[in-house]
Amino acid sequence: MADEDDDIILSELDDEELVQQMHDDLYDGLKEEIEEGVNILLERGWQPYDVLTKALVGGMKIVGDDFRDGILFVPEVLLAANAMKAGMFILKPLLAETGARTIGRMVIGTVKGDIHDIGKNLVGMMMEGAGFEVVDLGINNPVEDYLEALEREQADILGMSALLTTTMPYMKVVIDSLVEKGLRENYIVLVGGAPLNEEFGRAIGADAYCRDAAVAVETAKTLMARKHNQLAAG
Amino acid sequence: MQAPDDSTLTESGLAPSHRGRVLLLACGALAREILDLIEANGWTHLDLMCLPAILHNRPDRIPDAIRQAVARHRAEYETIHVVYADCGTGGQLARTCKELGLDLVEGPHCYSFFEGNKRFLDRAEDEISAFYLTDFLVRQFDAFVWKPLGLDRHPDLRDMYFGNYTKLVYQAQTDDPVLDARAQDCANRLGLAYERRLTGYGDLATTLESWAKP
Repeated sequence: MADEDDDIILSELDDEELVQQMHDDLYDGLKEEIEEGVNILLERGWQPYDVLTKALVGGMKIVGDDFRDGILFVPEVLLAANAMKAGMFILKPLLAETGARTIGRMVIGTVKGDIHDIGKNLVGMMMEGAGFEVVDLGINNPVEDYLEALEREQADILGMSALLTTTMPYMKVVIDSLVEKGLRENYIVLVGGAPLNEEFGRAIGADAYCRDAAVAVETAKTLMARKHNQLAAG
Repeated sequence: MQAPDDSTLTESGLAPSHRGRVLLLACGALAREILDLIEANGWTHLDLMCLPAILHNRPDRIPDAIRQAVARHRAEYETIHVVYADCGTGGQLARTCKELGLDLVEGPHCYSFFEGNKRFLDRAEDEISAFYLTDFLVRQFDAFVWKPLGLDRHPDLRDMYFGNYTKLVYQAQTDDPVLDARAQDCANRLGLAYERRLTGYGDLATTLESWAKP
């Protein structure tokens, strides 16, 4: 896509063209162009939430779909994520100021013994983009860290990530601890990571296994809506 | 039987020679080591077939590849053994092998069985930030690490991939100063400290020895 865009001046595009161009720039991982596009839309009076959802999340959805379909690969997704992150860096303080609505709060972290965080970071970013508050515990988290953060943050969702077959069983340790303490039903538990699958998610007692960031967002939205409905009915 | 060049082992694997009554169905990354053990021990009844080593980067495809190879060659051999560990399949390969009635190598991956599963496990907690390379992966570093991760085109992605790692451990199967220097260079390119650890063939040797018994 980049070759066609060499002579494009973003500020000369109308809103619709600019959003389309930002989707292309996100796809191509063009961080500076995304920053410029975000600033232009804000200067034109766009609400930060609209910039986030229409220009950035909309663009990342295309990236996510093409990754799932084997058209894009990890390096391209990471470049796109970097570009989106740069755009979100501009929007985040503005979103806080405008009191944009929050769908729910998620505590997320890579499990003990595991230092891999690429997938976790993508999920965190996409969850934020979808309107969730995300508290990122980072890597190598023992069960105590998860439990403490869930309580401290009054979280709705626990997200756990693992890349290694040797570390993924630790997710069960965390879920079992929640069960032992009678806290399991308080949280939606989502798990993900390359060696996991749905069967594993079910076996350890998670609410859902999410194969990628887009699925994590959709699953979280669905389960949050169900939780609200149950609370309303109860 | 001679191992083909590393690029062939990476992309295509190795066809069986159809000599021997026991087939070792292995990852291409282990071809040289297995052939060396076969020759050193005179295990003429063992034949070797390798799947493309690059499956290492797509572990979800390994179980089906094994299933297809077994279906194709089962009738030609008395026994087939699978020379893979779990290799990132999350237990799926073990389930496939159980279903097919085949043994596979114990352990999570070759880094573990080359070092010895017990020793690797003992060290695991202290080495969570270690990135491992074997002889084969040192020789094929560009094909398995540098290019697939896009670091040849986007070196700025290094921190996203390796920011949490602290050292590269080269698990040397052979005592080769050239590979040592190449592994050191890999560590430099990734910005990691370097450690060389001579493992030999570890549990691979003892596993094949048990399978080679009549």
